[in-house]
Amino acid sequence: MDSGDTAFVLISAAMVMFMTPGLALFYGGLVRAKNVLATVMQSFFTIGLVSVLWVLAAYSLAFGPDKGGVIGGLDHLGFAGVGQEPNPDLSPTIPHIAYAVFQLFFAAITPALITGAFAERMRFSAFALFTTLWLFLVYAPLAHWVWAPGGWLRELGALDFAGGTVVHMNAGFAALAAAIVVGKRRGFLKEAMVPHNLTLTILGAGILWFGWFGFNAGSALAANGLAATAFIATNTATGAAVLGWCLTDYLRRRKTTTLGAASGAVAGLVAITPAAGYVGPMGSVAIGLAAGIVCALAVGLKYRVGYDDALDVVGVHAVGGMLGALLIGVFANTAFNEAGADGLLAGGGLALLGKQAVAVVATLAFSFGLSFALLKVVDLLVGLRVSEDEELTGLDIAQHEEVGYAFAEGGGSAAPAAAGYAETSQPPSTIRVPQGDSA
Amino acid sequence: MKLVVAVIKPFKLDEVKAALEGVGIQGLTVTEARGFGRQKGHTEVYRGAEYRVELLPKTRIELLIDDDTADDAVKAIVAGARTGSIGDGKVWVLDVAQAVRIRTGEMGADAL
Repeated sequence: MDSGDTAFVLISAAMVMFMTPGLALFYGGLVRAKNVLATVMQSFFTIGLVSVLWVLAAYSLAFGPDKGGVIGGLDHLGFAGVGQEPNPDLSPTIPHIAYAVFQLFFAAITPALITGAFAERMRFSAFALFTTLWLFLVYAPLAHWVWAPGGWLRELGALDFAGGTVVHMNAGFAALAAAIVVGKRRGFLKEAMVPHNLTLTILGAGILWFGWFGFNAGSALAANGLAATAFIATNTATGAAVLGWCLTDYLRRRKTTTLGAASGAVAGLVAITPAAGYVGPMGSVAIGLAAGIVCALAVGLKYRVGYDDALDVVGVHAVGGMLGALLIGVFANTAFNEAGADGLLAGGGLALLGKQAVAVVATLAFSFGLSFALLKVVDLLVGLRVSEDEELTGLDIAQHEEVGYAFAEGGGSAAPAAAGYAETSQPPSTIRVPQGDSA
Repeated sequence: MKLVVAVIKPFKLDEVKAALEGVGIQGLTVTEARGFGRQKGHTEVYRGAEYRVELLPKTRIELLIDDDTADDAVKAIVAGARTGSIGDGKVWVLDVAQAVRIRTGEMGADAL
């Protein structure tokens, strides 16, 4: 047990937690004003939902004793056996419970990422049910494959330092399924659907960038040189991706954009996530630059192909995740991490690239296929979409009875005890107030 | 000269604008407005406290046109804005005494 490592991982866990509110702002700024609360709610509520589901059962399915390389056993239901002593297979120098809570916030942000694909048209109940099923049936098994001892992708030798496979490709492919099954927003490609507040989006991207140091450096699970390597790789790639996306914007229209800079940062963070602990600073520049340029082009696909991935989860997370996973096969070098492997440029040949490709294809097939099926089931059970009227009114009022921006005053009445309240509300509380010695 | 004023549902603006362009109308002014008519408002709830919001978001359109095209403009607005449900809005037409194009100083029908 190492107190420095424990302190570092607990702080990293808190930083990863902070990423999901950052994502809420990032996404919230991108939607129309009438849907801002519904959008931030899907991220914020997910933190609460996954915080409970993880402790109840999802952690056990992901990291319980291996069953055939595909899923964890039920030994850790309710965090049973997840104690203050280290689990030597998962994290030899920190308490098992610290590892489990660090992993919790990875599980929280992943389904929150998917919400960008079905933004502005999904029923809240359908979102909550889908997130619950998806956490157990898609996230937990995939986390097991990649990170748990005995998981088949881990045993294969595919590398994923901090979650390019489990978090980003997984969310991105599920997002593609969601965009297809949920269908387009009314007016997609006909009406202007412009971001209502890019200031929020930039702030959200900044919070994500900050929290991502916990995500990637924290994945070293120790306060050591590897954590520092992952930290600098993360930052360098992100910087390069900002430059790459802005360069792409500039070459196309002779203007840079704030949304391009923010999106580039996220694309770089996504792409370096699987590679952060396996590549050096120069490899990070290459991966980040590639991510910024490729993702800037990939987000245009939806207009040509015709799927409404509202906030570009596919273009950034699926594409950036695949790019990062494959480029590990090029830039990985054991000089930076002995537990890693040598990629193409380090003289390792094509072996690692092949294993990375297997991980990409397996994730694509599993995540897309199962997410597609789950969405169909949720549609049958509760219906995925709001009505046309609700979509036109906006989800904030229709689904949550609130508005994000109440600029104008007046025009309404406070309902309690006022006229008009009686028809719609419950009768006054019937709880008896004790009346002294009435027995 | 006439001033055509319409209050419509905000999401119908694109269709109304397209319909007006269809009858050759060159320009219009749009204002975000709030209002109520027969359409009911909605309820908002904050920490359990309910509020009835009766003023709903509306879009107000104004266009200054010559007498001959006023009828076409009104028909175009009605066709573009109608959903058939309550709250579709109203159109009304006013006589205009004078109009000036600020850039050139042209007056009356020349300013339109």
